[in-house]
Formats: sequence, structure tokens, C-alpha cells
Amino acid sequence: MVQASRDAAFVEFDRVQKSYDGQTLVVKDLNLSIPKGEFLTMLGPSGSGKTTCLMMLAGFETATHGEIRISGRNINDVPPHKRGIGMVFQNYALFPHMSVAENLAFPLEVRKMDRAEREAKVKRALDMVQMGQFANRRPAQLSGGQQQRIALARALVFEPELVLMDEPLGALDKQLREHMQFEIKHIADNLGITVVYVTHDQTEALTMSDRVAVFNDGRIQQLAPPDELYEAPVNSFVAQFIGENNTLEGIVTVMDQNRCVVRLDSGDEIDAKPVNVARVGDRTKVSIRPERVEFNKSRLQPGAHTLRARVEEFIYMGDMFRTRLSVAGNDEFIIKSRNAPDQTRLQPGQEIEIGWLPEDCRALDAA
Amino acid sequence: MADATISGGMPTGREARPVTSGPMLAADGTPLRASLARSLRRQKLRALLLIAPLLLFILVTFVLPIGDMLLRSVQNGIVADTLPRTVAALSQDASEVPGEPVFDALYTDLVIAEEYKRHTQLGTRLNYESGGASSLFRGTGRAVGRFETSIYADQLRDADPAFDDSAQWAAWMADPGNRDALPQTADAYDAWATLTTEVHGDDPAEEDVGDFVYAALYRDLAAGSRPPAMPAVDVSGFETVTAKELFIDDDDAWGEPAIWNTLRAFAPRVTPGYYLNAVDLQMTPDGIAPRAEGDRIYVQLFIRTMVMSMLITASCILLGYPVAYLLASLPMRSANLLMILVLLPFWTSLLVRTSAWKVLLQQQGVINDLLVWVGVIGNDGRLVMINNQTGTIIAMTHILLPFMILPLYSVMKGIPPSFVRAAKSLGANDWTAFWRVYFPQSVPGIGAGSILVFILSIGYYITPELVGGTKGVFISNRIAYHISDSLNWGLAAALGTILLAMVLLLYWAYDKLVGIDNVKLGG
Repeated sequence: MVQASRDAAFVEFDRVQKSYDGQTLVVKDLNLSIPKGEFLTMLGPSGSGKTTCLMMLAGFETATHGEIRISGRNINDVPPHKRGIGMVFQNYALFPHMSVAENLAFPLEVRKMDRAEREAKVKRALDMVQMGQFANRRPAQLSGGQQQRIALARALVFEPELVLMDEPLGALDKQLREHMQFEIKHIADNLGITVVYVTHDQTEALTMSDRVAVFNDGRIQQLAPPDELYEAPVNSFVAQFIGENNTLEGIVTVMDQNRCVVRLDSGDEIDAKPVNVARVGDRTKVSIRPERVEFNKSRLQPGAHTLRARVEEFIYMGDMFRTRLSVAGNDEFIIKSRNAPDQTRLQPGQEIEIGWLPEDCRALDAA
Repeated sequence: MADATISGGMPTGREARPVTSGPMLAADGTPLRASLARSLRRQKLRALLLIAPLLLFILVTFVLPIGDMLLRSVQNGIVADTLPRTVAALSQDASEVPGEPVFDALYTDLVIAEEYKRHTQLGTRLNYESGGASSLFRGTGRAVGRFETSIYADQLRDADPAFDDSAQWAAWMADPGNRDALPQTADAYDAWATLTTEVHGDDPAEEDVGDFVYAALYRDLAAGSRPPAMPAVDVSGFETVTAKELFIDDDDAWGEPAIWNTLRAFAPRVTPGYYLNAVDLQMTPDGIAPRAEGDRIYVQLFIRTMVMSMLITASCILLGYPVAYLLASLPMRSANLLMILVLLPFWTSLLVRTSAWKVLLQQQGVINDLLVWVGVIGNDGRLVMINNQTGTIIAMTHILLPFMILPLYSVMKGIPPSFVRAAKSLGANDWTAFWRVYFPQSVPGIGAGSILVFILSIGYYITPELVGGTKGVFISNRIAYHISDSLNWGLAAALGTILLAMVLLLYWAYDKLVGIDNVKLGG
């Protein structure tokens, strides 16, 4: 059902720009199209323009250029209260002078819904977030997680098709945050609503989203499903921002269609997959995920380039071993290995050789 | 220490303690409560030391004066202190114009009071209650020394020269038998001796005994007393004068009931008189009664003070709320500039600001000139905006406005913009979002500002004094008048106490209606 409706763009940003001071652009030429039913996350460091985009969509900021469309209709001049978009705020923004039930009834009241219908909907929404018995409490009497549920219920109670969430889990502790991630995801899937979710937490983005738009410097750096984003970052920013990442710098010396050789600044040569390099002689940052680094020579392809490395630190993490190496002048090189019975525990000071499959090592831009 | 706590708290081995029964014990076996109190004592002591200077300051400069004021509003020792014998005699005499013994006592009292120059104070005090008392006491006080009671002294001296001997008098009056036989004489002599020492700095044993002592001796002897250690004198043939006649001769007012009613009413040391006066009532022989129509000013003044303070508070809310809202929603830089403008009145003298309003509002003033020039009003129809209630309300609203804006601002600053945004995202239009979500949260600021402005304005003095004329003055102006001009401190204290009580009452009512925890000065 979700898949079927994906063809038509439900929310569209068309060449949207935003400037607050008339000198610099906070959002630069944003083009984004979100199909109905999608869970899209805007991920990025603070100041990357992601929240501004959300606020423009909600109607609290106006685009200085471009169009924002919902179901094909330009909403640039529609005031926020007529957009019918549900929104969950970072600090929940539950009205402190109203009870939980009154908070939930508020959007229904302003829509002039009659009392019986209102009560039924409030009850249904509260039950959906398992907060049925808290209807008469004040927000201040609830824990952070409970407030979060109420805020979610309030944003959903008037059955909007589009719900915006601005770092809704930012104030919760880690365990609760992880729990709520799943819950929000499930509710969104069950209701079939479109969600635009803003966060700076990449784990959150990866676990919840259908697609993630990585923002930096006012632009979308990469728009892709989580697995693609993690495994195939298109530039160094995305590679470094998403997940843990090892970076080595060098110059491209050999360039094929699917493979290139990079001579590192230390003089060593490694194999890599060319992603964001054009020609031989380009400077590049190669990116390797810690869990894709291999130090067991027998598992490497014959003829693969290897690098000499010295173990600096071995950290036992329970399910994983995390080892810090000094490789080609980079002593922050991390490898991760699964804690399996046959796994080697490296000792600090030990000299080893590491290598990887060429496709796991991506030659990206040098920026 | 930590170890000890753990082993002490846990029932270990043979020394196991029942954990559930009795008070919780600390490691050393003392009750936990005592242990906690001991460890907190140091902290409490420190806190006390930190506030001690301020506490002392407030006690000396604030609590004690207020206590003194409360006492003054009921205190009334002056009649009992100045005329003790009269008050005592008066309590035995219920007739409208009392009989001879009261006048005899009044004579003695007034002679002594005159020596101490206390009778004029008494006159001034009684003048608050009954007109003419001041001049009555002043005049009679002057005359009382010349009353013809010297005939008793002359006749006694003629009967026995020993009565002329001051040292002999001292010896007689030291004799307990004489004192018992001559109570009035002993009392009068003691008073005379004290005043001779205190006022003139002389030895009573060397000075001529006062006439009123001879008069008292005559009265005692005439009553049939026989002092054991004094020459026996037959006084039956003595020429007499009566104090009552002397007093009434001096001033007819002594023969009227009015002054006696007043004296009777204010004889007790504690009096409700000032409070009755402060609410336009008075004490009469028939009980409490309203004052004459033309003398009733205070109730009306209290009501006016309240109503005008409420009007001022309301105009402060109306003018201050939008400004505070703007301040809270503007970016920091422009908000700071605007804040300086709001605070500007604080940096100029109150007198300057009030005087400026005089210039602006008077009939030949700037505003009237402008209105005439524009043609809104004719030259002969100039508005009267000063020396009346309008002037007071305008000037005080201006002066007190910052006290409304500041708490409002700090409360509004604490309301995150996301609340209104949330309301709008939920479908509320601008007005609904404001009225249902923003306004309720700014109510604590309105509460704090209103209490501040109302309480300040209810006791305001300078501005109403300068721009209020006669119609626009507050109760505080009347209090100031009684403090510095009429010197009726008791009435001033009673008015002040009533004002204080009214403020407390309103504060209480406010707490019941709005809830004092709904008052916030900061976000």
C-alpha cells in the first residue's frame, strides 16, 4: 500500500532558499520530494539548515525563494494553522495549564468538533501511545518519556497526513530514546502517515527512516536509504558523519572503472573503489569502516595491498573488540572485530598487517 | 566512616538489631533524626549568620517602627498620665458635670501638669476629639496658679506658724501615722516634693510648700482626719473656696458636659478612638456614632484610594502588556534598546517626572495647547487634566508602568515560542493561539505586576500630592498630613494600620482567587 502511493510526490521542495540576514543562505537550493507514507529523516549537524527546512514546511518560516508544495499545491502563503500538519517539538510544547486530555482535545476543539467525537478521538489517541490512564494529569506531573508520548498523540489526534518531528527524542535518556524510536516508527507505519523527522543523531536516523537526507552547509549531501548511506557514502562528509569511519589521505595513481590505487602520504599504496574522484593525480580521502578492516591475511584476496600497522590500544567492549592502530601516520585508525571464540585479541605494541576488500574502501573527495 | 555506616545499618551477627521497630538508628546508635539534625546544625547556623545583618537591620528600621505605629494607634496614656487623680475621681462620679471631689483632683493635677508644661499637650490631644479643648487647657492652665486657694495656706499658717516651716512639713510627711490620716495631703505633698526636685532642682525641705498641698490638707482636716504628729487645728471656721466654682469662673466650658464626656471617653490607656476616627466614627456618651456629615472624609478617601489604585493597575496592564509582549518577542538587540526606554523613567527623578506632567497637563499646558491648535477643543473649552483624579491616574500610570512591564516581560520571556507554534500547528489561528495558550501562561506575570503596582499606588504620596489637587489625593497624603502638620500621630497610625490591613486582606483575597504561587517575577 505504501509502495503504491510512492510514485506521486506528496511533499515537494522546489529550489527552496532561505536567508535570515540577507547576506548568507541557510538553505541553498533545496530540492526534495517526499512520497506519501515515507519516513524521511533530515540529518545533519547543528546549523546545517535541517530545522529551518522543517520550519518552512510547518509554516513558521517563509522561504526567501522557491516553492514548497503539498499534494501539488503551493503552500508558501498558507498560514501554519491551515496547513493541517502535525508537529512534535523538541521540548514537547505541551500546554502546561491544560491537562493531558485538554492538550489532546485542543486541535479538535479549534476544529469545532463536537464533544462526544472529541472525547472518543482523545481516548483513542491516548490508548495508541498507552497513556490512557494519564488523561487527567498535568504535563508537569509526567516523566519525559510520558510527555513525549502525549506530544506524539497530540500531533496525531487530528489525523494529519503529514507529521513533522523536530528532534523529539533529544531530551530522553539513551534507553528510553531507543525504545521510543521503535514505537514512533511502528505508529507511523501503522497509520501510514508521512513523517519528516529532524535529528542530529545518526543512529536514530538509520534505525527509523525509509530515507535519510544528510544536510550540511545548507545543502542535502546525500539522500538515500540508511543502508546505502552507511555502506556507500558519496562524499567524505557523509562518510564521516554517518557511523564510525577511518580516513587516509593520498593521491590517486591508478584509475580503473571499479578500482583505483591510492598512494598515501606515507608512501604506501592501497586499493580503493573510486567514488568521488575523477582522474589520476586527484587528492582523495579514502574511507574504510572499522568493521571492514581485516588483519587475518588468509581472508584477504591474493595480491591485495596491505598496510603495516602497530597496535596502540585494545579496548574490550563485550560484544566487540575495538582496537586503535597507528597506520600510515594516522594513529586514530580503529578496527572493530566481533567477540568470537576464534577471534584474536591484539596486544598493544604488536606489529600487524591490515588490508580490506577494494570495494569496502571508498576513494572520496579530499574536502 | 562509610564502612561503619554500612556495618551499623546492617544487622550483623550477634549484635543484630531489629530493623523494622523503633526509629532508624545511625551508625553510632543515636537516632538518625538527631544525627541528621546535628549535621545540619552547622549549615543552619551559617545561614543564620549570613542573614543576621539584614535581619537586624530590618528589625531595627522596619519591624520595631511598625510595631510602634501599631501601638500608637491604640495608645492613649496622656489623659491618665497627666490627670491621674481626676481620672480616678471621675470613675466614682457618673454625673454629667462631676461634683466637687473631681474638681479638687483636677485642681491638683492641673497645677502639677502646668509645672511640667504637660497640660498643653493634653489640650492638643483632646482637641482632636473635641474642639476647644486646646484653648480650654491652655487658658485654665495659665489661671490655675492664681486660683485663690492661698486662703487655706494663709489660714493654716495663722492657726499655727509651724505650717510655714518647710522642714517641719518634710518631717510631718515622713511620719507614717500622718500619711495614713491625711491621704490627699500625703499624695499632694509627694507630687509637690517630686516636682520641686525635678523641675526646680530645689530641696523640698527648704522651699515654700505649694498652695495646693495646703488645700489638700484642709480637705483632709475638714473631712475629720486627726493626724497624730501634727498640731491640731480646728478648720471648721475657715473661709472656703470650691475648686468647681473657681474652674467654672475661669471658663464656662468646665461646667458643660462636653469636656467631661471627652475626658471620660479618653481616660482609658487603650482607646479605639483613633480607629473610630479613621472610619468617620466617634465615641459619644451614648456609644459609637457616626461623625457629623461634614467631618466624614476618611471612608471616602479610602474608597477613592482603592478605586484609583485599581484604575491605575488596570491602565498599567492595558499599556504594559503589549509592550512586554513586544519586548519578549523581539530579538535581543532591539529588545535591549526598548528595555532601556522602559527603564528610562527609573533613571529620572520622580519629582522631575511628576513636574513634567504638571507642565504637560495643565490648562495652559502643552497638551491643551496642542488640542486647541489642532482644533479638537476650543480655547474656552480647555480640558482640566491636572489637580484632579485624571491627573493622578495619568501621572501614576506613567510612573508605575515599569513595575508592570518588568514582571510581565520576565514571565513572557520564559514562555517558549514553541507553545504558540504548537498551538498553530494544531490548527489554532493567531487569536486562539494567543488567548488559549499564550495568555494563560502570562497570567502569573499580570498577577505579579498587578500586586506590585496596586500595592505601590495604594501607598503613593508624592505624585498625588503634586498633581492630585484636592480631588485626586490618596489616603497616604492624609496620613502624611497627620504625621507632619497636625501631629496627630495616633490617627496617622490608625489610618496606616487600616491601610496595611486592607492590603493584607486584598493579598489574601488574591491568593484565594488567583493563587499566590501563580505569581512569578521570573520565568
